[in-house]
Amino acid sequence: MSNAMIRSVRGLVPMMRCHLVCLMMVLGALTVSPSPASAFSDEELRIAADRLAGDGANDKIALINNMAADGDPRVAPILEAMLDGRLFLRKTDQHVVIGEKQGSIWRHIDVVSGDVAGESPASGLEKLRVNNRLRGALRDALGGLNLFSLDIASRRAAVETVMGARDPSMLPLLVRAIERESDETLRNRMELARATMALAAGVNKEERLAAIAALAGETTPQIRAVLSQFIQSADAEKIEPDVIEAAETALASVERRLGLWQTFGDLYRGISLGSVLLLAAVGLAITFGVMGVINMAHGEMVMIGAYTTFVVQQVIQNVFPAGSGWSLAVAVPMAFLVAGLVGIVIERTIIRFLYGRPLETLLATWGLSLVLQQTIRSIFGATNRQVMAPDFMSGAIEMSSGLVLTYNRLWIILFSLIVVAGIAAVLRYTAFGLQMRAVTQNRRMAGSVGIRTGRVDALTFGLGSGIAGIAGVALSQIDNVSPNLGQGYIIDSFMVVVFGGVGNLWGTVLGAFSLGIVNKFLEPVAGAVLAKIFVLIALILFIQKRPKGLFALKGRAVEA
Amino acid sequence: MTDYRQKYQTTPVIGWLMKDRGGMILLAILGLAIILVPAGNLLVPKDSLFHVPTWALGLLGKYLCYALLALSVDLIWGFCGILSLGHGAFFALGGYAMGMHLMRQIGDRGVYGNPLLPDFMVFLNWSELPWYWYGFDMFPFAIVMAMFVPGLLAFVFGYLTFRSRVTGVYLSIITQAMTYALLLAFFRNDMGFGGNNGLTDFKDLLGFNLQTDGMRSSLFVASALALAVCYIVARGITRSRLGKVLIAIRDAESRVRFTGYRVEHYKLFVFTVSAVMAGIAGALYVPQVGIINPGEFAPAASIEVVIWVAVGGRGTLYGAVLGAFLVNYAKTYFTGVLPELWLFFLGGLFIAVTLLLPKGIIGAVPTFGSPDRQSVFVTWRKRLNDRRSRQGGSA
Amino acid sequence: MNAAAMSTASAKAQGGTILYVDGVSVTFDGFRALNNLSFYVEPGELRAIIGPNGAGKTTMMDIITGKTRPDSGDVLFQSEIDLTKLDEAEIANLGIGRKFQKPTVFESHTVFDNLLLACSGGRGVFQALFHRLGTAEKQRIEETLTTIMLTDSRDALAANLSHGQKQWLEIGMLLMQEPDLLLVDEPVAGMTDSETEQTSKLLRTIAKDRSVVVVEHDMEFVRDLDCKVTVLHEGSVLAEGRLDVVQKDPRVIEVYLGR
Repeated sequence: MSNAMIRSVRGLVPMMRCHLVCLMMVLGALTVSPSPASAFSDEELRIAADRLAGDGANDKIALINNMAADGDPRVAPILEAMLDGRLFLRKTDQHVVIGEKQGSIWRHIDVVSGDVAGESPASGLEKLRVNNRLRGALRDALGGLNLFSLDIASRRAAVETVMGARDPSMLPLLVRAIERESDETLRNRMELARATMALAAGVNKEERLAAIAALAGETTPQIRAVLSQFIQSADAEKIEPDVIEAAETALASVERRLGLWQTFGDLYRGISLGSVLLLAAVGLAITFGVMGVINMAHGEMVMIGAYTTFVVQQVIQNVFPAGSGWSLAVAVPMAFLVAGLVGIVIERTIIRFLYGRPLETLLATWGLSLVLQQTIRSIFGATNRQVMAPDFMSGAIEMSSGLVLTYNRLWIILFSLIVVAGIAAVLRYTAFGLQMRAVTQNRRMAGSVGIRTGRVDALTFGLGSGIAGIAGVALSQIDNVSPNLGQGYIIDSFMVVVFGGVGNLWGTVLGAFSLGIVNKFLEPVAGAVLAKIFVLIALILFIQKRPKGLFALKGRAVEA
Repeated sequence: MTDYRQKYQTTPVIGWLMKDRGGMILLAILGLAIILVPAGNLLVPKDSLFHVPTWALGLLGKYLCYALLALSVDLIWGFCGILSLGHGAFFALGGYAMGMHLMRQIGDRGVYGNPLLPDFMVFLNWSELPWYWYGFDMFPFAIVMAMFVPGLLAFVFGYLTFRSRVTGVYLSIITQAMTYALLLAFFRNDMGFGGNNGLTDFKDLLGFNLQTDGMRSSLFVASALALAVCYIVARGITRSRLGKVLIAIRDAESRVRFTGYRVEHYKLFVFTVSAVMAGIAGALYVPQVGIINPGEFAPAASIEVVIWVAVGGRGTLYGAVLGAFLVNYAKTYFTGVLPELWLFFLGGLFIAVTLLLPKGIIGAVPTFGSPDRQSVFVTWRKRLNDRRSRQGGSA
Repeated sequence: MNAAAMSTASAKAQGGTILYVDGVSVTFDGFRALNNLSFYVEPGELRAIIGPNGAGKTTMMDIITGKTRPDSGDVLFQSEIDLTKLDEAEIANLGIGRKFQKPTVFESHTVFDNLLLACSGGRGVFQALFHRLGTAEKQRIEETLTTIMLTDSRDALAANLSHGQKQWLEIGMLLMQEPDLLLVDEPVAGMTDSETEQTSKLLRTIAKDRSVVVVEHDMEFVRDLDCKVTVLHEGSVLAEGRLDVVQKDPRVIEVYLGR
């Protein structure tokens, strides 16, 4: 190619815009053609490729987009080569070629045919410089080209790339991709991407309105951003007022639904936290609420339950590996038994000597909690132990609005409700439950009708501790299994029981869920730590107002 | 019959202190320590058997602060039945007030050399000193704040709590929640108290380097004096009619109410006084250990104080001091020699004391009277009065 | 309540009753502890209140002393002071003393200190802090010690007293408060016969200077008191009058014997 020709090619640059519009129209016309292979003639492709060596980043970006806009399979290797720095201007004839290093010499590959078309030392080639902006455009363009990939996964990824880039020049490409797409959900996704672009690039009012209508039905933060950006830049772009109005209405409805999802998400997270609090506190509702024993070692019972889960899992893995999926199911009764037995031993050796002396009980059980922590630390070490999650508990449901419902949290919510229902049934329908209520209401009377009160005390305490152990199984799935596990829950648990009202199981349930929900609704406003501090302060103030909790039993004032 | 007059009315402070045998022993020991320990450190040559090494001086000074904290807990728990599981919060607040003064004293000698802002603020890109840091460059202001802030918190907290008659374990649990909330708050960097790391790298106090033996001796003496003065104040409170009301509240709160006393006022008074004492202890503690961080707010730390009091014997004041020294000496020993056994020991101590020694060590010593401690005092007083009236008769 | 009764009620209120309880009701979790209870105590009167368990005797005391708030009704002291608005300490300082069913004294204090704490006078924190025992106060304590027959136990710890002595000490503490109205809940429960007799004498002595309301189960003791009797049943007044008259009332017999 002569110098004059180069000049003439370069001379085209100022006219590029006009030329590109023509090219776009041509390409638009080509979209009906049955095969993408004929999108460009060889000559067109060569001219376009040669222009990549030209000046002006803006023009080159437009050019790249136009080359990609058609889905011509020959374009992708050129753009990839450019992105990787393998695209060169051959000094001899000023054509653009792809370079391939072979030892000390470079082979030239023709951009149109893909064949080897000569070779030279490095000095014979001039690398096409690519800056960051250009690199971004190349990536987007290549992303667009993947819309035509045979692999559905890479098509799906390509749609997201295109949607993220929001480059109007991708529009024709997208339109063609939509026509060819066979997968329904993916096609809907593409339509959505087209609407976001049409909003910015729409030539006329109808197109924009159609795009807005398509977007108004969506509920993602991404679409909210698209719409609000459109409204912000609308004045500058001289968009018709009624289009702006339609966009604002659409934005409002998107925001309203997003707000609803946000509320729903907070509610879910609150319930999730509430179920954890409930599990931690429900055993305490029995030992503290029903028996009036302040068990500061309650958290350590939870911790023992978590370690039991760990041990059960280890044993099953070593002895009967096929059953390791069932280890949690085995761990639940085991944790109940282990923690329950520890509880009974504690009641018989320490707590029974301290009935009627709540403050001393508090101190003794605190001491006990230190001993238990150190015991576990001595046996298992101070580091966290890994408890595996079974298959049915891993994974999550992802909502389009960004809300993720993990299966382990969902299971824990369900599990906490089952545990509470179980306790309620034991208290209400079993002989033991009856005896327990009798002893707590009138110890002397219960004793004189033949109930062995000491045994009932021990079993009640064992029940409360055992339930704490069960809670430990659940908490091992979401918290670190370490000797300090229980410490983190003890203050919260007491708060839940006191808030709900001592001696009232339903109060505990309500207390746990309301504390969890309040906490999670405060968190977006105040941050996690401040939210927790606010909840604590609110609780301290609440106890001032209703010292006996939400559901305190009223009665004839007990004197002295 | 004039003996009652003497007993309740005209006896001066020295008089009633003379009757408080345990208190006299404590004050005598403190008096001796104030003279001998600094002398042993500063005057006795290093190779002498009687030399008190600087580390021991620092350790004893620290124990004295703990003892004062224990005394403040005994004042409310032993005499009024208020089991605070959050007294560490008042201690820590006093400590932070002193720490803020010490931070301001560093001036431009910090790592960043900012004359006004402490290092951690420079690190956090703060451009100016928060308003609540003003005034702490003045020592008297810091001392007043070390008492005022814990006192104010105790007053507000106590006003709300005692007015609505929150008692017993409920009170214990919410005091614990209070210190827990403060723990979380002080961990936050944007509170402006150094966050996780707290306040440290102190240089000097009142122009003297904190690391010198002379300064350490002075702090030791100050701690011992503070303990002695607070002991006398606490003893004065407990043996006054107000103290009798407090004990009455501990034993039969509603009877006190029906007798016409505003129980909440009495509780509020003693709770606030106790918090101020804890604040003083914290303020003396910080320059001796060289750091104050949010860990002091940990609920576990506050509960540990309670066991010092229980070990020594609650309701005696000097028992709290004894307990603080014994348990903390044990802690120093165990954490040095057998660190993994310390929690077993501490936990076991909680259980053993509550089950076997409900009145603590003092209560187990017969002279100080096990179950009838007070009646022993009464008979002792009676003997004294008999002797006086005999003397009066013969004269 | 009919109009005539209403007018006598207001007449009594104006005429200077020391305690005026009118139409008081209180409900605990659906259980009606007091149901439109009305009665009046004259200044200087000794009144016995009897009734089966759960008749509302202790709840009535709780209402008068400010421990429980009524759902409805009026409680007036000396015809003008509304007791339902005040708390225990304020009511105690007005001159209403209450003795509990279970003797409640300050067990870690000596008998003397128990009386000293009950001694009328400043109740403020700082008054108490700087309080010094005056001769007059001491004199009164000594007198009360004589009245309650505990002079010899002056320096004993209250915890070491016998059950009966604790009851007397509590009555003594109430006397130190110099109340105009004394509410006494089952003063002779668990007492020996001779103690009961002495207690009865003690109460009658006390009633000379002030109004006393005694709640009691022991019929012999009530007969000994020789005063007007009010019978409570299910939270309201069933009968009122001399004991021998009341005992013949068929409704009272039915309630007590469950015919």
